[in-house]
Amino acid sequence: MTDVRISGVGLHPFGRFPDRTVTDLGVTAVRAALSEAGDPSFDAAFCGTAYAGVAAGHKVLSAIGRTGGPIIDIEAGCASGAAALMLAAGAIDAGQYDTVLVFGIEKMPKGIIRSSFFEPWREEAGLAATPAYFALRAQRLQRETGVTKEQLARVVVKNRRHGVQNPDAMFQSETTVEAVLGSRVVCEPLHLFMLCSPNEGAAAVVLQRGAGPGAVRLDAAVLRSHLPGSVLGEATPMSGVDDTNITPPTTLAAQDAFVRAGVTPTDLDVVECQDTDAARELLAYEELGLCEPGEQGRLIDTAATTLGGPLPVNPSGGLLSKGEPLGASALGQVVELTRQLRGAAGPRQVDGARVALAHTIGRGANASVTILSR
Amino acid sequence: MSKPHVPVRPGLFEETASGVVHLLGSRCTACDRYLFPRGELCPYCSSTEVEPVMLSDVGELWGWTVVHTAPPGYEGPVPFGFGVVELPEGLRVITRLELPDTTFDVGVPMRLQVAELHDTEDDETVVTYTFAPT
Repeated sequence: MTDVRISGVGLHPFGRFPDRTVTDLGVTAVRAALSEAGDPSFDAAFCGTAYAGVAAGHKVLSAIGRTGGPIIDIEAGCASGAAALMLAAGAIDAGQYDTVLVFGIEKMPKGIIRSSFFEPWREEAGLAATPAYFALRAQRLQRETGVTKEQLARVVVKNRRHGVQNPDAMFQSETTVEAVLGSRVVCEPLHLFMLCSPNEGAAAVVLQRGAGPGAVRLDAAVLRSHLPGSVLGEATPMSGVDDTNITPPTTLAAQDAFVRAGVTPTDLDVVECQDTDAARELLAYEELGLCEPGEQGRLIDTAATTLGGPLPVNPSGGLLSKGEPLGASALGQVVELTRQLRGAAGPRQVDGARVALAHTIGRGANASVTILSR
Repeated sequence: MSKPHVPVRPGLFEETASGVVHLLGSRCTACDRYLFPRGELCPYCSSTEVEPVMLSDVGELWGWTVVHTAPPGYEGPVPFGFGVVELPEGLRVITRLELPDTTFDVGVPMRLQVAELHDTEDDETVVTYTFAPT
Protein backbone atom coordinates (compact mmCIF):
# COMPACT_ATOMS: atom_id res chain seq x y z
CA MET A 1 0.00 0.00 0.00
CA THR A 2 1.06 3.61 -0.67
CA ASP A 3 2.35 5.26 2.50
CA VAL A 4 -0.63 6.80 4.25
CA ARG A 5 0.02 8.87 7.35
CA ILE A 6 -2.23 10.15 10.09
CA SER A 7 -1.49 13.86 10.25
CA GLY A 8 -4.13 14.87 12.77
CA VAL A 9 -6.58 13.36 15.24
CA GLY A 10 -9.40 14.86 17.27
CA LEU A 11 -12.02 13.73 19.72
CA HIS A 12 -15.18 14.92 21.40
CA PRO A 13 -15.30 13.15 24.78
CA PHE A 14 -17.61 10.12 24.99
CA GLY A 15 -20.49 10.50 27.45
CA ARG A 16 -23.88 12.21 27.76
CA PHE A 17 -24.31 15.75 26.42
CA PRO A 18 -28.02 16.66 26.47
CA ASP A 19 -27.37 20.25 25.36
CA ARG A 20 -25.25 19.38 22.31
CA THR A 21 -26.44 18.05 18.94
CA VAL A 22 -24.68 15.27 17.09
CA THR A 23 -23.48 17.96 14.67
CA ASP A 24 -21.92 19.89 17.58
CA LEU A 25 -20.04 16.77 18.66
CA GLY A 26 -18.72 16.23 15.14
CA VAL A 27 -17.62 19.85 14.77
CA THR A 28 -15.49 19.60 17.92
CA ALA A 29 -13.70 16.44 16.77
CA VAL A 30 -13.23 17.58 13.15
CA ARG A 31 -11.86 21.02 14.10
CA ALA A 32 -9.39 19.43 16.51
CA ALA A 33 -8.14 16.95 13.90
CA LEU A 34 -7.83 19.54 11.14
CA SER A 35 -6.05 21.94 13.47
CA GLU A 36 -3.54 19.28 14.51
CA ALA A 37 -2.87 18.48 10.83
CA GLY A 38 -2.11 22.15 10.09
CA ASP A 39 -5.56 22.90 8.68
CA PRO A 40 -5.03 21.30 5.26
CA SER A 41 -7.57 21.38 2.46
CA PHE A 42 -9.05 17.90 1.96
CA ASP A 43 -10.24 16.17 -1.20
CA ALA A 44 -13.07 14.17 0.37
CA ALA A 45 -14.72 13.38 3.69
CA PHE A 46 -16.06 10.05 4.93
CA CYS A 47 -18.35 10.07 7.99
CA GLY A 48 -19.18 6.93 9.95
CA THR A 49 -22.54 6.91 11.70
CA ALA A 50 -25.42 4.50 12.29
CA TYR A 51 -28.04 6.71 13.96
CA ALA A 52 -27.34 10.33 12.95
CA GLY A 53 -29.65 10.30 9.92
CA VAL A 54 -29.57 11.72 6.41
CA ALA A 55 -26.50 13.70 5.33
CA ALA A 56 -25.18 13.85 8.89
CA GLY A 57 -21.60 14.35 7.70
CA HIS A 58 -22.68 17.25 5.49
CA LYS A 59 -24.21 18.99 8.48
CA VAL A 60 -20.92 18.84 10.37
CA LEU A 61 -18.89 20.26 7.48
CA SER A 62 -21.60 22.83 6.67
CA ALA A 63 -21.26 24.17 10.20
CA ILE A 64 -17.59 24.98 9.61
CA GLY A 65 -17.83 26.06 5.97
CA ARG A 66 -15.83 23.11 4.62
CA THR A 67 -18.28 21.66 2.09
CA GLY A 68 -17.83 21.44 -1.67
CA GLY A 69 -15.96 18.15 -1.96
CA PRO A 70 -17.56 14.73 -1.78
CA ILE A 71 -18.99 13.91 1.68
CA ILE A 72 -20.10 10.32 2.16
CA ASP A 73 -21.83 8.83 5.21
CA ILE A 74 -20.98 5.20 5.93
CA GLU A 75 -22.82 2.70 8.09
CA ALA A 76 -21.24 -0.60 9.17
CA GLY A 77 -22.62 -1.00 12.71
CA CYS A 78 -19.97 -0.66 15.42
CA ALA A 79 -17.33 -0.72 12.66
CA SER A 80 -18.76 2.33 10.82
CA GLY A 81 -15.77 4.54 11.58
CA ALA A 82 -13.33 1.80 10.58
CA ALA A 83 -15.23 1.28 7.32
CA ALA A 84 -14.85 5.01 6.61
CA LEU A 85 -11.13 4.73 7.34
CA MET A 86 -10.77 1.74 5.00
CA LEU A 87 -12.46 3.58 2.13
CA ALA A 88 -10.40 6.73 2.69
CA ALA A 89 -7.12 4.81 2.79
CA GLY A 90 -8.13 2.84 -0.29
CA ALA A 91 -8.89 6.03 -2.21
CA ILE A 92 -5.47 7.46 -1.33
CA ASP A 93 -3.80 4.18 -2.26
CA ALA A 94 -5.62 4.18 -5.61
CA GLY A 95 -4.40 7.70 -6.36
CA GLN A 96 -7.87 9.22 -6.24
CA TYR A 97 -7.19 11.59 -3.31
CA ASP A 98 -4.18 12.97 -1.44
CA THR A 99 -5.87 14.13 1.76
CA VAL A 100 -9.06 12.73 3.26
CA LEU A 101 -10.96 13.71 6.39
CA VAL A 102 -12.46 10.72 8.21
CA PHE A 103 -14.79 11.18 11.16
CA GLY A 104 -17.42 9.35 13.15
CA ILE A 105 -20.34 10.81 15.09
CA GLU A 106 -23.14 9.39 17.25
CA LYS A 107 -25.76 10.25 19.83
CA MET A 108 -27.33 7.03 21.15
CA PRO A 109 -30.43 6.73 23.35
CA LYS A 110 -29.96 5.15 26.79
CA GLY A 111 -30.54 1.47 27.43
CA ILE A 112 -30.70 -1.53 25.10
CA ILE A 113 -30.01 -0.32 21.57
CA ARG A 114 -33.10 -0.31 19.36
CA SER A 115 -31.97 -1.45 15.93
CA SER A 116 -33.84 -1.47 12.61
CA PHE A 117 -31.79 -4.63 12.01
CA PHE A 118 -34.55 -6.56 13.79
CA GLU A 119 -37.87 -6.98 11.97
CA PRO A 120 -40.92 -5.83 13.98
CA TRP A 121 -42.06 -9.39 14.77
CA ARG A 122 -38.68 -10.17 16.37
CA GLU A 123 -39.05 -7.13 18.62
CA GLU A 124 -42.62 -8.15 19.48
CA ALA A 125 -41.46 -11.69 20.37
CA GLY A 126 -38.71 -10.33 22.67
CA LEU A 127 -35.90 -11.50 20.38
CA ALA A 128 -34.39 -8.01 19.85
CA ALA A 129 -32.53 -8.43 23.15
CA THR A 130 -28.98 -7.62 22.05
CA PRO A 131 -27.36 -8.26 25.47
CA ALA A 132 -28.90 -11.75 25.47
CA TYR A 133 -26.93 -12.66 22.34
CA PHE A 134 -23.77 -11.37 24.03
CA ALA A 135 -24.67 -13.46 27.08
CA LEU A 136 -25.11 -16.65 25.05
CA ARG A 137 -21.72 -16.08 23.42
CA ALA A 138 -20.18 -15.45 26.84
CA GLN A 139 -21.71 -18.66 28.16
CA ARG A 140 -20.22 -20.65 25.25
CA LEU A 141 -16.83 -19.01 25.85
CA GLN A 142 -16.99 -20.07 29.49
CA ARG A 143 -17.92 -23.59 28.50
CA GLU A 144 -15.26 -23.89 25.81
CA THR A 145 -12.35 -22.29 27.69
CA GLY A 146 -13.15 -22.51 31.40
CA VAL A 147 -13.19 -18.70 31.72
CA THR A 148 -14.86 -17.85 35.03
CA LYS A 149 -17.20 -15.03 36.00
CA GLU A 150 -14.42 -13.63 38.18
CA GLN A 151 -12.20 -13.43 35.10
CA LEU A 152 -14.96 -11.62 33.21
CA ALA A 153 -15.15 -9.20 36.13
CA ARG A 154 -11.36 -8.74 36.04
CA VAL A 155 -11.61 -7.52 32.42
CA VAL A 156 -13.93 -4.78 33.65
CA VAL A 157 -11.65 -3.93 36.58
CA LYS A 158 -8.66 -3.67 34.23
CA ASN A 159 -10.37 -1.42 31.69
CA ARG A 160 -11.98 0.80 34.31
CA ARG A 161 -8.57 1.23 35.97
CA HIS A 162 -7.15 2.33 32.61
CA GLY A 163 -10.12 4.66 32.12
CA VAL A 164 -9.28 6.58 35.29
CA GLN A 165 -6.41 8.14 33.32
CA ASN A 166 -8.58 9.06 30.31
CA PRO A 167 -10.26 12.48 30.61
CA ASP A 168 -12.37 11.68 27.51
CA ALA A 169 -13.97 8.55 29.07
CA MET A 170 -17.53 8.42 30.43
CA PHE A 171 -16.47 6.49 33.55
CA GLN A 172 -13.23 7.66 35.16
CA SER A 173 -13.47 5.66 38.36
CA GLU A 174 -12.08 2.29 39.39
CA THR A 175 -14.27 -0.66 40.27
CA THR A 176 -13.69 -4.02 41.97
CA VAL A 177 -14.47 -7.65 41.17
CA GLU A 178 -16.97 -7.58 44.06
CA ALA A 179 -18.71 -4.47 42.72
CA VAL A 180 -18.90 -5.90 39.19
CA LEU A 181 -20.38 -9.19 40.42
CA GLY A 182 -22.64 -7.21 42.78
CA SER A 183 -24.12 -5.11 39.96
CA ARG A 184 -27.47 -6.35 38.70
CA VAL A 185 -27.64 -9.30 36.31
CA VAL A 186 -28.68 -8.10 32.84
CA CYS A 187 -28.51 -11.53 31.16
CA GLU A 188 -26.72 -14.34 32.97
CA PRO A 189 -23.64 -14.47 33.05
CA LEU A 190 -23.37 -10.76 32.20
CA HIS A 191 -23.84 -8.17 34.95
CA LEU A 192 -24.50 -4.49 34.28
CA PHE A 193 -20.87 -3.38 34.78
CA MET A 194 -19.74 -6.02 32.24
CA LEU A 195 -21.65 -4.27 29.44
CA CYS A 196 -20.65 -0.99 27.80
CA SER A 197 -23.11 1.90 27.75
CA PRO A 198 -24.34 3.18 24.40
CA ASN A 199 -23.64 6.94 24.52
CA GLU A 200 -22.55 10.03 22.57
CA GLY A 201 -19.30 11.24 21.09
CA ALA A 202 -17.24 11.94 17.98
CA ALA A 203 -13.76 11.21 16.66
CA ALA A 204 -11.84 12.44 13.61
CA VAL A 205 -8.68 11.53 11.71
CA VAL A 206 -6.89 13.30 8.83
CA LEU A 207 -5.23 10.89 6.38
CA GLN A 208 -2.57 12.12 3.96
CA ARG A 209 -0.49 10.54 1.23
CA GLY A 210 3.16 9.99 2.11
CA ALA A 211 4.86 9.49 5.43
CA GLY A 212 8.03 11.12 6.64
CA PRO A 213 10.26 10.00 9.51
CA GLY A 214 8.38 9.76 12.78
CA ALA A 215 4.93 9.94 11.18
CA VAL A 216 2.22 7.58 12.37
CA ARG A 217 1.50 5.32 9.41
CA LEU A 218 -1.72 3.52 8.57
CA ASP A 219 -0.43 0.11 7.49
CA ALA A 220 -3.74 -1.73 7.12
CA ALA A 221 -7.43 -0.87 7.40
CA VAL A 222 -9.53 -3.98 6.81
CA LEU A 223 -13.25 -4.66 7.05
CA ARG A 224 -14.72 -8.16 6.72
CA SER A 225 -18.20 -9.58 7.14
CA HIS A 226 -19.42 -12.91 8.51
CA LEU A 227 -19.40 -16.20 6.68
CA PRO A 228 -22.80 -17.92 6.48
CA GLY A 229 -23.95 -20.16 9.29
CA SER A 230 -22.72 -18.95 12.66
CA VAL A 231 -25.72 -18.72 14.96
CA LEU A 232 -24.01 -16.53 17.57
CA GLY A 233 -22.15 -14.16 15.28
CA GLU A 234 -23.26 -10.54 15.42
CA ALA A 235 -25.22 -11.21 12.24
CA THR A 236 -27.79 -12.55 14.76
CA PRO A 237 -29.67 -14.80 12.34
CA MET A 238 -32.67 -16.80 13.59
CA SER A 239 -30.92 -20.06 12.91
CA GLY A 240 -27.65 -21.50 11.71
CA VAL A 241 -25.74 -24.70 11.23
CA ASP A 242 -23.04 -26.22 13.41
CA ASP A 243 -20.53 -23.36 13.50
CA THR A 244 -17.50 -25.24 14.81
CA ASN A 245 -15.54 -24.71 11.61
CA ILE A 246 -16.77 -21.26 10.62
CA THR A 247 -13.99 -18.68 10.90
CA PRO A 248 -15.30 -15.59 12.75
CA PRO A 249 -15.15 -12.24 10.90
CA THR A 250 -12.64 -10.80 13.39
CA THR A 251 -10.17 -13.54 12.45
CA LEU A 252 -10.80 -12.96 8.74
CA ALA A 253 -10.07 -9.25 9.18
CA ALA A 254 -7.03 -9.86 11.38
CA GLN A 255 -5.46 -12.32 8.95
CA ASP A 256 -5.88 -9.86 6.06
CA ALA A 257 -4.55 -6.96 8.11
CA PHE A 258 -1.44 -8.78 9.35
CA VAL A 259 -0.56 -9.74 5.77
CA ARG A 260 -1.08 -6.21 4.48
CA ALA A 261 0.92 -4.64 7.29
CA GLY A 262 3.65 -7.28 7.14
CA VAL A 263 3.53 -7.91 10.88
CA THR A 264 2.42 -10.72 13.19
CA PRO A 265 0.63 -10.63 16.55
CA THR A 266 4.00 -10.89 18.33
CA ASP A 267 5.03 -7.54 16.81
CA LEU A 268 2.18 -5.67 18.52
CA ASP A 269 2.92 -3.27 21.36
CA VAL A 270 -0.59 -2.06 22.13
CA VAL A 271 -4.16 -3.06 21.20
CA GLU A 272 -7.56 -1.39 21.40
CA CYS A 273 -10.28 -4.04 20.96
CA GLN A 274 -14.04 -4.25 21.04
CA ASP A 275 -15.18 -4.71 24.63
CA THR A 276 -18.91 -4.19 24.19
CA ASP A 277 -19.02 -6.74 26.98
CA ALA A 278 -16.28 -8.31 29.07
CA ALA A 279 -16.45 -11.65 27.27
CA ARG A 280 -16.16 -9.93 23.89
CA GLU A 281 -12.66 -8.68 24.84
CA LEU A 282 -11.59 -12.21 25.76
CA LEU A 283 -13.01 -13.58 22.50
CA ALA A 284 -11.02 -10.95 20.61
CA TYR A 285 -7.75 -12.12 22.23
CA GLU A 286 -8.25 -15.51 20.62
CA GLU A 287 -9.79 -14.34 17.34
CA LEU A 288 -7.03 -11.76 16.76
CA GLY A 289 -4.33 -14.33 17.49
CA LEU A 290 -3.08 -12.61 20.65
CA CYS A 291 -3.24 -15.97 22.43
CA GLU A 292 -3.92 -19.62 21.75
CA PRO A 293 -7.59 -20.70 22.03
CA GLY A 294 -8.52 -21.08 25.66
CA GLU A 295 -5.55 -19.09 27.01
CA GLN A 296 -7.39 -15.80 27.54
CA GLY A 297 -8.18 -16.43 31.19
CA ARG A 298 -4.47 -16.74 31.90
CA LEU A 299 -3.77 -13.42 30.15
CA ILE A 300 -6.21 -11.69 32.48
CA ASP A 301 -4.96 -13.49 35.60
CA THR A 302 -1.33 -12.59 34.90
CA ALA A 303 -2.18 -8.95 34.04
CA ALA A 304 -0.51 -9.52 30.65
CA THR A 305 -2.96 -7.09 29.02
CA THR A 306 -2.89 -4.48 31.80
CA LEU A 307 -0.86 -1.27 31.34
CA GLY A 308 2.68 -2.25 32.30
CA GLY A 309 2.20 -5.81 31.04
CA PRO A 310 3.71 -7.27 27.84
CA LEU A 311 0.71 -6.37 25.62
CA PRO A 312 -1.61 -3.72 27.06
CA VAL A 313 -5.16 -3.99 25.69
CA ASN A 314 -7.53 -1.04 25.87
CA PRO A 315 -5.24 1.49 27.58
CA SER A 316 -7.95 4.08 26.82
CA GLY A 317 -10.24 2.23 29.23
CA GLY A 318 -12.06 0.55 26.35
CA LEU A 319 -15.76 0.88 25.69
CA LEU A 320 -16.38 -0.36 29.24
CA SER A 321 -14.98 3.00 30.45
CA LYS A 322 -15.69 5.23 27.47
CA GLY A 323 -19.14 3.97 26.49
CA GLU A 324 -19.97 3.36 22.86
CA PRO A 325 -21.10 5.99 20.36
CA LEU A 326 -21.41 3.54 17.44
CA GLY A 327 -20.16 5.63 14.53
CA ALA A 328 -17.35 7.18 16.56
CA SER A 329 -16.05 4.22 18.55
CA ALA A 330 -13.69 2.67 15.97
CA LEU A 331 -12.09 6.03 15.18
CA GLY A 332 -11.86 6.73 18.90
CA GLN A 333 -9.55 3.71 19.06
CA VAL A 334 -7.45 5.11 16.19
CA VAL A 335 -7.18 8.46 17.99
CA GLU A 336 -5.97 6.67 21.12
CA LEU A 337 -3.44 4.53 19.26
CA THR A 338 -2.11 7.51 17.28
CA ARG A 339 -1.43 9.28 20.57
CA GLN A 340 0.18 6.12 21.95
CA LEU A 341 2.49 5.85 18.92
CA ARG A 342 3.41 9.52 19.23
CA GLY A 343 4.29 8.95 22.88
CA ALA A 344 1.63 11.52 23.77
CA ALA A 345 -0.78 9.39 25.82
CA GLY A 346 0.24 10.90 29.16
CA PRO A 347 -0.24 8.73 32.26
CA ARG A 348 -1.63 5.83 30.20
CA GLN A 349 1.33 5.76 27.77
CA VAL A 350 2.57 2.32 26.67
CA ASP A 351 6.34 2.78 26.76
CA GLY A 352 8.02 2.61 23.37
CA ALA A 353 4.91 1.62 21.43
CA ARG A 354 5.73 1.21 17.72
CA VAL A 355 3.05 -1.15 16.32
CA ALA A 356 -0.62 -0.89 17.31
CA LEU A 357 -3.83 -2.69 16.40
CA ALA A 358 -7.46 -1.56 16.65
CA HIS A 359 -10.41 -3.96 16.38
CA THR A 360 -14.19 -3.67 16.25
CA ILE A 361 -16.96 -6.18 15.67
CA GLY A 362 -20.56 -5.19 15.33
CA ARG A 363 -23.91 -5.59 13.74
CA GLY A 364 -23.96 -6.85 10.20
CA ALA A 365 -21.76 -8.65 11.14
CA ASN A 366 -18.91 -6.25 10.40
CA ALA A 367 -15.42 -6.75 11.80
CA SER A 368 -12.60 -4.29 11.34
CA VAL A 369 -8.90 -4.53 12.08
CA THR A 370 -6.65 -1.48 11.69
CA ILE A 371 -2.87 -1.59 12.11
CA LEU A 372 -0.80 1.53 12.75
CA SER A 373 2.95 1.99 13.23
CA ARG A 374 5.64 4.63 13.49
CA MET B 1 -61.70 -20.17 28.24
CA SER B 2 -58.51 -18.98 26.61
CA LYS B 3 -58.65 -16.47 23.80
CA PRO B 4 -57.91 -17.45 20.20
CA HIS B 5 -54.21 -17.45 19.35
CA VAL B 6 -52.66 -15.42 16.52
CA PRO B 7 -48.98 -15.97 15.64
CA VAL B 8 -46.59 -13.03 16.04
CA ARG B 9 -45.85 -13.50 12.35
CA PRO B 10 -47.72 -15.79 9.93
CA GLY B 11 -45.64 -18.63 8.53
CA LEU B 12 -43.25 -19.04 11.48
CA PHE B 13 -44.90 -22.00 13.16
CA GLU B 14 -48.08 -24.10 13.17
CA GLU B 15 -50.12 -24.99 16.21
CA THR B 16 -52.39 -28.00 15.70
CA ALA B 17 -55.73 -28.45 17.43
CA SER B 18 -54.14 -31.09 19.70
CA GLY B 19 -51.57 -28.52 20.84
CA VAL B 20 -48.52 -29.84 18.97
CA VAL B 21 -46.34 -27.03 17.60
CA HIS B 22 -43.94 -27.20 14.66
CA LEU B 23 -41.55 -24.61 13.26
CA LEU B 24 -41.99 -24.04 9.53
CA GLY B 25 -38.62 -24.22 7.80
CA SER B 26 -37.08 -25.11 4.48
CA ARG B 27 -34.56 -27.62 3.18
CA CYS B 28 -32.14 -26.85 0.37
CA THR B 29 -32.11 -29.85 -1.95
CA ALA B 30 -28.83 -28.66 -3.50
CA CYS B 31 -26.68 -28.61 -0.33
CA ASP B 32 -29.00 -30.50 2.05
CA ARG B 33 -29.01 -27.77 4.69
CA TYR B 34 -32.06 -26.62 6.63
CA LEU B 35 -33.15 -23.07 7.35
CA PHE B 36 -35.59 -21.25 9.58
CA PRO B 37 -37.65 -19.12 9.11
CA ARG B 38 -38.87 -20.46 5.78
CA GLY B 39 -37.22 -18.92 2.73
CA GLU B 40 -37.11 -19.35 -1.02
CA LEU B 41 -33.34 -19.00 -1.40
CA CYS B 42 -30.65 -21.01 0.35
CA PRO B 43 -28.54 -18.65 2.53
CA TYR B 44 -25.60 -21.08 2.25
CA CYS B 45 -25.38 -21.86 -1.49
CA SER B 46 -27.98 -19.42 -2.96
CA SER B 47 -29.78 -22.27 -4.69
CA THR B 48 -33.46 -21.73 -5.50
CA GLU B 49 -34.07 -25.47 -5.07
CA VAL B 50 -35.50 -24.99 -1.61
CA GLU B 51 -38.50 -27.00 -0.39
CA PRO B 52 -40.79 -26.22 2.54
CA VAL B 53 -40.50 -28.62 5.48
CA MET B 54 -41.97 -28.96 8.94
CA LEU B 55 -39.09 -29.02 11.42
CA SER B 56 -38.83 -31.34 14.43
CA ASP B 57 -40.71 -30.25 17.54
CA VAL B 58 -37.93 -31.55 19.80
CA GLY B 59 -34.27 -30.64 20.12
CA GLU B 60 -31.37 -30.29 22.55
CA LEU B 61 -30.48 -27.21 24.59
CA TRP B 62 -27.26 -25.55 23.37
CA GLY B 63 -27.26 -22.24 25.25
CA TRP B 64 -29.53 -20.29 27.58
CA THR B 65 -29.87 -17.03 29.49
CA VAL B 66 -32.59 -14.90 31.09
CA VAL B 67 -33.85 -11.54 29.80
CA HIS B 68 -34.83 -9.45 32.84
CA THR B 69 -35.63 -6.11 31.20
CA ALA B 70 -38.11 -5.77 28.32
CA PRO B 71 -36.09 -5.33 25.13
CA PRO B 72 -37.11 -2.67 22.57
CA GLY B 73 -40.57 -3.21 21.05
CA TYR B 74 -41.53 -6.00 23.47
CA GLU B 75 -44.74 -5.77 25.51
CA GLY B 76 -44.86 -9.25 27.04
CA PRO B 77 -43.96 -10.46 30.52
CA VAL B 78 -40.41 -10.42 31.96
CA PRO B 79 -38.27 -12.20 32.93
CA PHE B 80 -38.21 -14.78 30.15
CA GLY B 81 -35.77 -17.42 28.96
CA PHE B 82 -33.74 -16.97 25.79
CA GLY B 83 -31.32 -19.31 24.10
CA VAL B 84 -30.40 -21.73 21.33
CA VAL B 85 -31.87 -25.19 20.70
CA GLU B 86 -30.26 -27.61 18.26
CA LEU B 87 -32.77 -29.59 16.18
CA PRO B 88 -32.08 -33.12 14.89
CA GLU B 89 -31.88 -31.57 11.39
CA GLY B 90 -28.58 -29.98 12.50
CA LEU B 91 -30.11 -26.53 12.75
CA ARG B 92 -29.50 -24.28 15.76
CA VAL B 93 -32.49 -22.04 16.41
CA ILE B 94 -32.46 -18.77 18.36
CA THR B 95 -35.55 -18.96 20.53
CA ARG B 96 -37.38 -17.97 23.65
CA LEU B 97 -37.19 -20.57 26.40
CA GLU B 98 -39.17 -21.35 29.48
CA LEU B 99 -37.50 -19.64 32.43
CA PRO B 100 -34.20 -21.51 33.01
CA ASP B 101 -33.67 -23.34 36.30
CA THR B 102 -30.91 -25.58 37.68
CA THR B 103 -31.97 -28.47 35.44
CA PHE B 104 -30.89 -26.53 32.35
CA ASP B 105 -27.70 -27.91 30.83
CA VAL B 106 -26.20 -28.43 27.41
CA GLY B 107 -27.93 -31.39 25.74
CA VAL B 108 -31.11 -31.31 27.84
CA PRO B 109 -34.04 -32.43 25.62
CA MET B 110 -36.46 -29.61 24.81
CA ARG B 111 -39.90 -29.53 23.19
CA LEU B 112 -41.55 -26.74 21.21
CA GLN B 113 -44.53 -24.88 22.70
CA VAL B 114 -46.25 -21.55 22.21
CA ALA B 115 -45.75 -18.61 24.56
CA GLU B 116 -48.41 -15.94 25.06
CA LEU B 117 -47.08 -12.42 24.46
CA HIS B 118 -50.00 -9.99 24.81
CA ASP B 119 -53.70 -9.54 23.95
CA THR B 120 -54.99 -7.57 20.98
CA GLU B 121 -57.93 -5.15 20.80
CA ASP B 122 -59.86 -7.92 19.00
CA ASP B 123 -59.65 -10.10 22.11
CA GLU B 124 -57.08 -12.45 20.65
CA THR B 125 -53.76 -13.45 22.18
CA VAL B 126 -50.55 -12.95 20.20
CA VAL B 127 -48.28 -15.98 20.61
CA THR B 128 -44.75 -16.93 19.60
CA TYR B 129 -42.71 -20.13 19.76
CA THR B 130 -40.71 -21.23 22.78
CA PHE B 131 -38.95 -24.37 24.01
CA ALA B 132 -39.38 -26.07 27.38
CA PRO B 133 -37.69 -29.14 28.89
CA THR B 134 -39.54 -32.33 27.90
